[in-house]
Amino acid sequence: MKAKVKMKGYIEINQESCKGCQICFYFCPKSSISDSGSINSSGYFSACFSDNSECNACGICAIVCPEAAIEVYRE
Amino acid sequence: MTIKTVYKRPKLLKERLFHYCPGCGHSVIHKLLCEVIDEMNLKERIVCIPPPGCSVFAYNYLDIDMAESAHGRGAAVATGIKRVSPETIVFTYQGDGDLSAIGTAETIHAANREEKITAIFVNNAVYGMTGGQMAPTTMIGQKTTTSPYGREVNKEGYPLKMSEILSVVEGTVYIERTAVNSPKNIKKTKKAISKAFQVQIDNLGFSMVEILSPCPTNWKMSPIESWHWVDKEMVKEFPLGVIKDRIKVKKC
Ligand SMILES: Cc1ncc(C[n+]2csc(CCOP(=O)(O)OP(=O)(O)O)c2C)c(N)n1
Ligand code: SF4
Repeated sequence: MKAKVKMKGYIEINQESCKGCQICFYFCPKSSISDSGSINSSGYFSACFSDNSECNACGICAIVCPEAAIEVYRE
Repeated sequence: MTIKTVYKRPKLLKERLFHYCPGCGHSVIHKLLCEVIDEMNLKERIVCIPPPGCSVFAYNYLDIDMAESAHGRGAAVATGIKRVSPETIVFTYQGDGDLSAIGTAETIHAANREEKITAIFVNNAVYGMTGGQMAPTTMIGQKTTTSPYGREVNKEGYPLKMSEILSVVEGTVYIERTAVNSPKNIKKTKKAISKAFQVQIDNLGFSMVEILSPCPTNWKMSPIESWHWVDKEMVKEFPLGVIKDRIKVKKC
């Protein structure tokens, strides 16, 4: 999933490796990650990044993500 | 506009789904190991000894050489490899059922012989893989499948503190206890792992990082509850920090 722009940072979440543990929901200081509501092929509700977030690419979500499913970019 | 990558999936982590449960600390630790090995440029000269336990398939994920050991015998296998190939950096990856129960003897004696190896000790307070039985590290009062009413001191004794025990063994050089339950602790764990590897690179002696690691499935908690439980309960019994640091003494 590709989320984007007009902000300082954004993340990409690999929906297929996400196990819906929701650890990133809790630690994201900008509350930018939430449940996508869709189930991936392993049967987990994966996380998604909200487009209108204030993400500043702090990288916390990627540090805590147990599945290494999140990549973080700064514009 | 240029786009800068702030965090990328570690290079040494194979493109493969972890079999670990959602929120499990093992996956975070695998990630950290990949990052440290890559940053220290050790891929070509490092060997991991994974254990029986949830991390038995570690070789499916870390793109480095591995030699599986029998339950608890990690330190013995590592000793063999290190002695025939002293240039190789050898580390064991062991659970608490492995290192602090069936493998207590091997671990203490390898440390006492000052083997130049590193132990990554994943303490999740239970036997994870076999269904959440009580381990020597289980907390007092903690319910497990073999202590359904909670661990009782007068029957099952106290949580075993391997880091403290090993700290009084002469051959150990660096021992630190960390956790993987918050961004700050995860960063500290990464630093501790690289320090422990550096002790081995400098040929100083035995090093160990004990990592408190959440096991949401067997603790019967949601992932985030289990990450909090490490702070709320485990840290009281297993305080974080450097338990022993003889690096300076050994260097001079
Ligand atoms: C000699 C021997 N005894 C028992 C077992 C069964 N066994 C496999 S894994 C395991 C427990 C592992 O627990 P721990 O080391 O805490 O690792 P975790 O699964 O929690 O990561 C046991 C008892 C075995 N494989 N070999
Ligand atoms: S049982 Fe516990 S230690 Fe094993 S994979 Fe699941 S959460 Fe991790």
